[in-house]
Parts: sequence; structure tokens; C-alpha cells
Amino acid sequence: MYNGGKIILGLIVFIGLMAAPFIFGLGKGNAKPNPSIDTPAIKAMEKKQCVEAKAVMKTEHMKMLNDWRDSVVRDGKRLYVATDGKKYDMSLQNTCMKCHSNKAQFCDKCHIYVGAKPYCWDCHIAPKEGA
Amino acid sequence: MKIERREFLKLAGLSAIFGLGGTAIAASVQQTPSYIPDPKELTGKRWALVINMDKFKTDADVKRVIEVCHTKHNVPNIPNPKQEVKWIFTEMMENVFPEQQDKYLTEHYKHMPFLTLCNHCANPPCVRVCPTQATFKRKSDGIVMMDMHRCIGCRFCMAGCPYGARSLNWIDPRPYLDPKKINPEFPTRMKGVVEKCTLCYELIAVGKIPACAEASNGAIVFGDLEDPKSEVRKVLAETYTIRRKPELGTRPSVYYVIGGMKDAGKGA
Amino acid sequence: MLERALNGGKLYWTWIGFLLAVFGVGFLFYLQQWNVGLGITGMSRDVSWGFYISQFTFLVGIAASGVMVVLPFYLHDYKAFGRITILGEFLAIPAVIMCVTFIVVDLGQPYRAMNVIFHPSPSSILFYDTIVLNGYLLLNLLVGWTCLHAEKKSIAPPKWVKPFIILSIIWAPSIHTVTAFIYAGIPGKHFWLTAVMAARFLASAFASGPALLLILALIVRKFSKFDPGSEAIQTLGKIVTYCMILNVFLLGLELFTAFYSGIPGHMHAWEYLYAGIDGKGVLVPLMWLSAILAAVSISMLVFPQVRKNETLLAIACVCVFFSLWIDKGFGLVVGGFVPNSFEQVTEYWPTLAEFSIAMGVWALGFLILTVLYKVAVSIKEESGGEAIH
Repeated sequence: MYNGGKIILGLIVFIGLMAAPFIFGLGKGNAKPNPSIDTPAIKAMEKKQCVEAKAVMKTEHMKMLNDWRDSVVRDGKRLYVATDGKKYDMSLQNTCMKCHSNKAQFCDKCHIYVGAKPYCWDCHIAPKEGA
Repeated sequence: MKIERREFLKLAGLSAIFGLGGTAIAASVQQTPSYIPDPKELTGKRWALVINMDKFKTDADVKRVIEVCHTKHNVPNIPNPKQEVKWIFTEMMENVFPEQQDKYLTEHYKHMPFLTLCNHCANPPCVRVCPTQATFKRKSDGIVMMDMHRCIGCRFCMAGCPYGARSLNWIDPRPYLDPKKINPEFPTRMKGVVEKCTLCYELIAVGKIPACAEASNGAIVFGDLEDPKSEVRKVLAETYTIRRKPELGTRPSVYYVIGGMKDAGKGA
Repeated sequence: MLERALNGGKLYWTWIGFLLAVFGVGFLFYLQQWNVGLGITGMSRDVSWGFYISQFTFLVGIAASGVMVVLPFYLHDYKAFGRITILGEFLAIPAVIMCVTFIVVDLGQPYRAMNVIFHPSPSSILFYDTIVLNGYLLLNLLVGWTCLHAEKKSIAPPKWVKPFIILSIIWAPSIHTVTAFIYAGIPGKHFWLTAVMAARFLASAFASGPALLLILALIVRKFSKFDPGSEAIQTLGKIVTYCMILNVFLLGLELFTAFYSGIPGHMHAWEYLYAGIDGKGVLVPLMWLSAILAAVSISMLVFPQVRKNETLLAIACVCVFFSLWIDKGFGLVVGGFVPNSFEQVTEYWPTLAEFSIAMGVWALGFLILTVLYKVAVSIKEESGGEAIH
């Protein structure tokens, strides 16, 4: 092979670099995150129910928040009529975080685990925790 | 996929039955989620402000209006004037209305600080030039809105606005907010987006008038320009008012009362 | 063909190394801007566009000017330009890339840049600018590369490329016209609100672009075995002369309208740029330098004897280039913002970081230019330089 040595060396370096995250992560099993809903507001709820069912919220909350923000900011419609007919003010700060006042335990746990970096908090004010 | 769907229906159904007691029968009919305006929302076709500077008795009255707006909307207080962010602020009359400059103009007005803010133009150049519709005009009530989520910070709108009403966040604004005064119910902004007065759309949405008008003790009148019975129309019919740079065809929705009012001139 | 760029002498690699170094410095400063925000620049609430956008504006002109050699060659069969059309096309490519880069470094939220495509806004001139700039880039890549490839094989370029060439000729003025419309359609900025803005843009572009191309052609001749040809250089000189005069004439029209009408808003920016207002006038020396360079260049260029001397011609072209670089690449944009909407003077001067980032973008452009020219010239050296069409 023309320049065989160099090519093989290059390949080894390339594979090494690409595999580095896996090699260094070996044996450091990450526990599945378990976001906490242990907040005073949620504790006080008789029926612990978010705006939609838990399963929906789990998979759809990011899309929902996107739709909410467009509806509020762009269409001027700020009330959400949920599947069960209940109405909610579509506001991250004034609705979501009023119940989920534990951002670190609720939002961050999963987001860090999956490596999602939503920029919500660059503008939206997170509730004061431990308050 | 199937499991998710089944679980969703089960959960949704359960929540409807247990959660709503008496209304369970009606509510158990699942509906597709929808968005509606708040029934408390004030409705108008074209919101406008009429500002009567003579009704501000002291500088403190003016400052209070600015303070109320800026605190409510978490507008940072950046000391470097080049990087300032401001929604409502004062400039001297001869700067707000440069085409009216005249050395014989009554001193009372010449150096009077005039409140200035976004004019919520009927024909806004900022909206026209925005390449992402991050700033847009609400069809329902004419508010020139800012979608801070969409703004790319190109600053075409700042060049386009003939009133100097827009500010870019040249730096992260958060360190310049007074931690004791932060309004937890309103967002802050991030670096690199343009912001300006939004005519308190968030207050109008729940049936309140803009904060500046509320805090002005009647010096700023708020109302619907297209409603002949509105208070702004009453003021416009009775007194002489001017707008900033009307010759540019932007059709501002902010009017200024110059003299003419019963108590004009008594203020200073 | 690109591998030909890897084959160069010590001087070539030193030059590449130098450009990489300048680019690297600019990149480091850009990282700072990324983290801190546009606050590290000299721009302000009042002067909200500065060096980046003015460089963008100037470079759109350079990109458009490629048409000044492409048009005579393809539409008028002007053979002398056959040797340098590729230089014109390959100047347009890095110029457009610099334009786009300057726009991106000027954004407050650069990673949202794609919003321009996700939320297209046909009322915004930037929407059209995105289309015409990217279109022009693609056209030049396609045409330049295809023709050069044909030349390498000593065959005529394929027939299908001809319509694209014609399209690129029509397209070129459009990119600068649209760029002028960014400024010329804004109410309340009297300095920009002028119907001759696009005409002035094109005149200055067709002076500064060919001036740069002429200098590049002389450099190519000095450092390679490829001779772009004296006739081509002389014709470029004539183009520069006429367009520079036209540009100064259009500038004069602006001055007449502003000062004969006596309308304060129309005079203020000129007063600020050339005399200063209230003792504020950081741009005054620069603007006069631009004016002097323009005067010097024209008084040289109008004389055929002076133009015949390639050294003097080159000096005159350097004067043209820097005169217009100051006028359009600085004064034009800043002047529109001073005085501000309240008729107050806020001054602008780029910071070191801002200047370094801008130089980094230029280095990137010259790097691409060097590589493209290296490829083109090495093929020209083999083929003898004549393009077939």
C-alpha cells in the first residue's frame, strides 16, 4: 500500500479520537434521571395533574412550549384549553414554574442527562429555589 | 407508539373522571386542546397614547413613569450610554421634535424633557425591514410587537426606526438588573436581541391599561384611536396635538399635547 | 484541481501562514464576541451598524465588479479579457464569502441566522439580499470552475454553461442594487434616502473592483509565469477611470441636493463626516483622506500617458481602492447614523477586537482568493492563458 504506514497510523488516531468519549465513559453507568415533583405547590394539589397527562408532557412539553410561546407572543391568545377542558395561562414563569418551582430537580435533571440545553432560562426567570 | 397512545387516552380519561367531579360527564368528552384569548382582554382596533407633558408636575412624576415601566419589564440599568436599553425615556423637546427647533421657542417647552417611546406606527418601517418577522404588527390592535425568541440581532429595525425607540442588548443584561426589584412574572432578555416598548401587551391581555398610563396620574391617556367614543379621541378632538416626524408616513400612534389644555403651562 | 494549491514555494507558504495567523487572531476575538456579545465592538444604541456592515457593503461591490470583465468577454467577444475573466470570477467568490461572513459576525444571535430562511419575510430587503448573494456565489462557483476545468483539458467550455454566464452578468448588478436598497429605502435617514444610492454603489463598485483586479493581475504577473496581458490591464485602467469619475460625479449630485436645498437633515451627515458637529468628528481626517485619494487618483488616471505607465497606474488604483474603501466601507454606513434620531451626535470608532475580527474575515477572503488564484494561475501557466469560448 502506498504510504501504508501513515494511513494505518492515521486510522488508529482517528478511531481513538472518535472512541474516546466511550472509552472514558466506560463503567461510569449513568443512572436514569428521576425528575422530582416534590414541591409545595404540587404537594398541596388534591389530584396531581399537569395541564396534560404525564405521558404527553414527558414527550411533548418542548413542542407544547414552542406552540405556547407562538400563541402568546404572536397570536395574542394566552389561554390554553386543555384536553380536559381546564383553562391555563400559557406562561412558563407564571404557570409551569409556579408548580414546578424546583427547576434543578425537575428540569435540569433530564436536560443534563440527555444533553439538551434549552435556552429558556437565558431570558425566563427561574423560581428561587429553596425559598 | 400504540402503547403511548393507549396510555395517553387512559390517563386523560381517568383524569377527567376523577378530577372534575360534577362536571365529569361533560368534561369526559375529550377535546383537542385549543388556544383562546383571555376574556378579560381589552379590545381595540388601534391602541394609542396621548402624552401631555404639562400634566407632569415634577421631574419625579416623569421618573416614576419610567421607573414603573422599566421595573415591570425587567429593563436593565446599563450605565454606559452607548449600550443603554430603554423602553420609555426622556429627551428635550427640541430633540424629540428636531424639525421644530427654533431659538425663539418658549423656554418652557424648549428644554422640557419629553417622554418618548415606541410609536406603534400604523405603517412601521421596523416591521417592514425585519428579515424574520421577529418584530411584527398585531392585526387585531396595532401593537408593534417583539418576538424576542426569533430576533437574530441584525439591527435592521434599529436603522429603520426613525424614532430611536429600539435597543439592542449589546451585552448580557441580567447583571444590570437590581436583584431586589426583578419582576418574577416577566422575562428578562438575553444578549444579542433587540427590544422596545410593547405597549404592555401582557397587561392589555388581562384587561389592564399600559403601566405608563396607569402611573401617570392622567398625563398619559390610553385608548382606541378607531373608537370615536374613546378617551384618546376625545382629547384629540379638543386639543392641539402633534406627532413625531409625521412627514415620514409612519403614522405614529403616540400623540403629544402642546399647550391648549386647560392646565397647560401650569406644570413647570 | 484544488491539489494545485498545495504546490507552492516558500513565499507562497509564508503568505498562507500570515493569512492563517490573521484569521486566527480574528477568530479568537470572535470567540470573545460570541461570549460577551456585540458589546465588545464600538457600536452603540445610536450607531447600531459599524465596521462589519460597512465592510459587507463595500465587498458586495467588489463581488459585483467581476461582471466588468465577464461582460466584455462574453457579450462583446473582447478577447483581451479572455485571460482574466477567471480572475474576475475567482475574485467574486471570496468577496461574496466575506460578505456573508461579515453579516454573520454582525448578528447578535448568530446561531439563529437560519431564521431568515425559516421565517422568510418578503418585505425585508435582507430577504432578497440573502437570495441574490447566495445565488451569485453559486453562479460564480459553477461558471468559474467549469470554464477552468475546460481550459485545463484544452477544450471549449460545455454549452450548458453559457446561459449561466449570461445569468451571472444580469445577476451581478442586482446584488449591489439590492444592497443599496437596504439603505435607500429607510425613512428618516436622509443621508441614505437617495434615489442615486444604487447608482452610486454600482459606480463605486465598478471603480474599486476593477482597481483591485488590476492590482491582483499585476501581482499575478510578477509572481507567476502567467501574463494577464497589457491590453487587459490598460482596459481595466480605463474602466476604473470612467467609473471613478462617475462615482465622484454622483457624490457631487448628493452634495448639491443637500446644500442647495439647505434642508438641515440632508446636510447634517455631510457636515459631520467632513467637518464634525459640536467639536465631534473622529471621521473627519479619514473622510478627507478619502477625498484627497479620490482627487489624486482621478488626476492621475485621466491622463493616458500616466495610465500607460503600469507603476503609476497601480498607484492610482491603490488610491481608488482605499478612497472608496473609506468612503463606502466606513463613512457611508456611519454617516447614516450621525446625528441620531434626536439630532444628537454619538461617535463611532471600531474597537481593537472589532477591527481584528474584520481583518480576520479579510484574511479568510484572501486565503480563499489565494487558493483559487493559485489553481487558476497554475492551469493558465500550462495552457498559455487563452480561454476558449
